[in-house]
Amino acid sequence: MGLDIYKINPEFKDIMPQEIIDLEENATWAQNQTKPRGIKELPETKELLEEHSLCAGCPEAAALRYVLSALPKPEDTVIVNSTGCTSLMFPHIALHTVHSLFGNQNAVASGIKRVLNWRFPDIEKDVVVLAGDGATVDIGLDYTLQSFFRQENITTICFDNEVYANTGGQESGMTPKGQVFKMAPTGKKFEKVKMWELAKTSGCHYSINMTASAPKAVAKAVREAILIAREIGPTYLNIYTPCILEIGLSANEGLGEMKDQDKDRFASYKYVSPEAEEFLKKCKAEGRL
Amino acid sequence: MSTIKDMTETKNWSGQTLVTADHMLFEAPRNKHFMTGSEVLKEAVKRCTVDASVSYPITPQSEAAHLIGELWAEGYVGVYFRGENEFGVMSEVAGCSMAGARTITTTSGPGTLRAMENFAQWSGTRIPCQLILMARGINSPLTIQPDNLEVSYMLETGCMIWYAENVQELFDMSIAAFIVAEKPDVHVPIVTVVDGFFVSHTRESVMLPEDDIALFPYEPYKSPLPPIDSETPPGRFLRDPFVMKSNYISYATHASWQWEVRSAVERSRPYAEHFLNGLVHITGNEDAEIAFVTCGTASHQAKEGQRELEKLGIKSKVIKLRTIRPFPKKELLAALEGVKYAFVPEFNVVGWLEKEVKTALYGKSDTEVVGGPRVAGGMSLPAEAIIQEVMEKINPVKGA
Repeated sequence: MGLDIYKINPEFKDIMPQEIIDLEENATWAQNQTKPRGIKELPETKELLEEHSLCAGCPEAAALRYVLSALPKPEDTVIVNSTGCTSLMFPHIALHTVHSLFGNQNAVASGIKRVLNWRFPDIEKDVVVLAGDGATVDIGLDYTLQSFFRQENITTICFDNEVYANTGGQESGMTPKGQVFKMAPTGKKFEKVKMWELAKTSGCHYSINMTASAPKAVAKAVREAILIAREIGPTYLNIYTPCILEIGLSANEGLGEMKDQDKDRFASYKYVSPEAEEFLKKCKAEGRL
Repeated sequence: MSTIKDMTETKNWSGQTLVTADHMLFEAPRNKHFMTGSEVLKEAVKRCTVDASVSYPITPQSEAAHLIGELWAEGYVGVYFRGENEFGVMSEVAGCSMAGARTITTTSGPGTLRAMENFAQWSGTRIPCQLILMARGINSPLTIQPDNLEVSYMLETGCMIWYAENVQELFDMSIAAFIVAEKPDVHVPIVTVVDGFFVSHTRESVMLPEDDIALFPYEPYKSPLPPIDSETPPGRFLRDPFVMKSNYISYATHASWQWEVRSAVERSRPYAEHFLNGLVHITGNEDAEIAFVTCGTASHQAKEGQRELEKLGIKSKVIKLRTIRPFPKKELLAALEGVKYAFVPEFNVVGWLEKEVKTALYGKSDTEVVGGPRVAGGMSLPAEAIIQEVMEKINPVKGA
């Protein structure tokens, strides 16, 4: 079915909101593309995200737009979410998305992916987990890692803002050591968890730590991670999307913060397993990247 | 391994002939077998065209979970794996079911409590998965023995709860459970409870239909919520969590959604009446003034008590509740007409069934409810204890 479900019954077209019509006529669905989708189309085409309810200037909102623009096949992609700031944006995504509980996102995604493989053996359906650092690394760590151990064919994207932002700014496992946040009133006592390294050790075939400062780089990582997850095994992206509110920055300072961190806590880390490396070469040769 | 593409109009992917639940439960000829509750669950799942199952070890349900794994290896079940813990398993079950699979899992005692957050999520997402609960005590102190305290924690999760007395009932109920849970106007999760060890590990005679027939597959596109498979327009519930809207919309929609889950459980009544031959089963003397209101193994023990009391010239009857959610209030009130004392024997310390019975009777019946006898932690419930409870009540001076 895929794209067909976004086609509007002609009988009702005259009463449909413009953004729904745009979704059918001017969104970059993979089926209508001759080359891979990408962020270059963002200015001219209908995005899969219809507005959002995050704070003005929130880098997370920008990062989500990059992610959605880079999904290789959005019409057959399910995104599993968790509780947190990211869940504020999910109602605005045009695709099948799930919000279940706080922290169980990789377990829910495992069930969905396995059943989609069972029910649709001839259709490639991508399952992507997108959650914050609290959901991925603290409350959901067990389910995140276990899905890596089991070699689930899913992509896990962590929007790491280094804090529980949606609940009002509490310290998380991804907060840097020494940072004062709520629940760590004298500063965090232990180091930021190197989740990207845990991902590698736990069986991910592709693990990246980066900021969302460069849209193209985010889009490339997303595309590669999803293709590898389809064919080989679990992949992980840790993307810094600072909470400008909680670290005292203005709406126009998010990008600068990410650029600063490109050289510091989020200095580029990239692991690609030999199998995945081989596969990416093949994809490139076939024009899939 | 089978693939779903092996399924035809008349056969499922493992080559079994597809039949209706009525044929499976009421018409197909049956043969006698001798097996445990765990083994009979395998036979039930084998005949249900099950898409997916996720397992985790915990006594006493482990064997049942192994046997479903064997069915997967034999090609009867589409997806099967061991999850990381019960919270993970019930989340994986949710994922399987949301993606359109007929899904079953099993757990016991501490596993149920570990997974608890998921059960309300299951009913809230209106998935028709089945949990086989093989009840055991809950910690602390550590126990692995039969005790059904855990069922009290399940009562308000929005899931249907059925209670099977023995191996035969476990077979028939677990098949009917899928069919009732999947009705488009019901479509909520179902928990089929048996008492651990007493049913899971006890070998009994059972009558089973041949294993070359199986239920028609689950039809996910009849679901009141679209399955998460990118094949239908996205469901507004999952796209628009109410908390993201204005508070006024949030309050109203959340409340009506929760009411609707409970209404859906109530709408299961006519289907359950049909497939279970009534929500309560009565044995003993219809016009007795003494009754036992029971579920599960306690029913079996109460029936023995009833027979022994009869020998002493005391008439009684056993009213066995087969569904706990929906609670068979109307049927219970009818069965208690003219009854002076209703005893509620239970395998737990809190008397959750007594509370349920009292709630149902409040202001509507003159029957006195006696919460007992009550055993827990793995104790058995001998007929003597039941007789003693009755004697002390009806003949307080002389006692038992």
